[in-house]
Amino acid sequence: MLELITSKLEDAANWGRKFSLFSYPFVTACCGMEFMSVAAPKYDIARFGAEFPRFSPRQSDLLMIVGTITEKQGPALRRVWEQMAEPKWVIAFGVCASTGGFYQNYHAMPGADQVVPVDVYIPGCPPRPEQVLDALIMLQDRVQRGDGHSQIRLKREKIMLAAANAEE
Amino acid sequence: MAQKVVDAVKAKFGDAVVATSSEHGDEVITVKRDKLLAIATFLKDDPAMSFEVPVFVTTIDLAHWQPLGRRGAPDEGTRPAYDADASDGLRFEVCYQLRSLKHRHRIRVKVQVKETDTKVPSLTPLWPGFNWQERETFDMYGIRFDGHPDLRRIYLYDEFVGYPLRKDYPKDKRQPLVRRPDLVGDH
Repeated sequence: MLELITSKLEDAANWGRKFSLFSYPFVTACCGMEFMSVAAPKYDIARFGAEFPRFSPRQSDLLMIVGTITEKQGPALRRVWEQMAEPKWVIAFGVCASTGGFYQNYHAMPGADQVVPVDVYIPGCPPRPEQVLDALIMLQDRVQRGDGHSQIRLKREKIMLAAANAEE
Repeated sequence: MAQKVVDAVKAKFGDAVVATSSEHGDEVITVKRDKLLAIATFLKDDPAMSFEVPVFVTTIDLAHWQPLGRRGAPDEGTRPAYDADASDGLRFEVCYQLRSLKHRHRIRVKVQVKETDTKVPSLTPLWPGFNWQERETFDMYGIRFDGHPDLRRIYLYDEFVGYPLRKDYPKDKRQPLVRRPDLVGDH
């Protein structure tokens, strides 16, 4: 019975989370223009409850990696991600953030997922705004199902903690 | 266009000028390394030259160099301009582009250096605008500018080993600073 209540509670919390994603735009390159277009009234990401970019990682739960990530930026990106509130989600915006894109050289990181776990990848150079909205809807489904990277990690940690307590 | 600059440098310094050429209307002079500072000082301070604008510094790596219009591997039986086996092989060409707003002329000064001895006198004391450009050239090609006030990497991180724009740097070699601890395997 208790399990049923907590799982329903989690569902309700996830429902709330998916419609109030607070994004942190980690904008490094030309994809930023497309990000602005998505945020602006024409495509209006506000319709999906993610209209409010917080420029502080501590106040946000959606990391938008918009543009090429260089090896030198890796530690900064990792640190931003570590500072974000749990549970948190990551979108790799554009082909550079997803795979490194057409960069195959000394400075470009082959995808931001080398440094932080990414939940949704958006291809395109740059992606169409509709693709970004589609990705956001996919992420919302994922949030509702509770299988984002950080959600799974939190669940696993909870189970391990419970097991450790039961042993004692 | 700037033929009179070339003639003036030749008249004043004579055998310090190794070669002269013209690329798309830009005069190029190749000078000896130990005379670069004297020639640059002349180009800056002489009222008939007065090159007051430092446009850029860069380096050409001659390791795989081919004449304009040719691509791919060199023809059978020909060698590239740079011969790694020769003891006097000059591998790098350091280029300084200068411009005079007063006389509306420009000149490119080149210095050739060996792979084993990449020291070049710094022109930052003459044109402070060359400071970061020389740091970039050092960062990408490993040219050591003698007399530069602060010669260290500008784009890349201090942990980076090697010089990525040299032709012998593997094109997809990466030197990661940080990776996810939860990823398994070697990336």
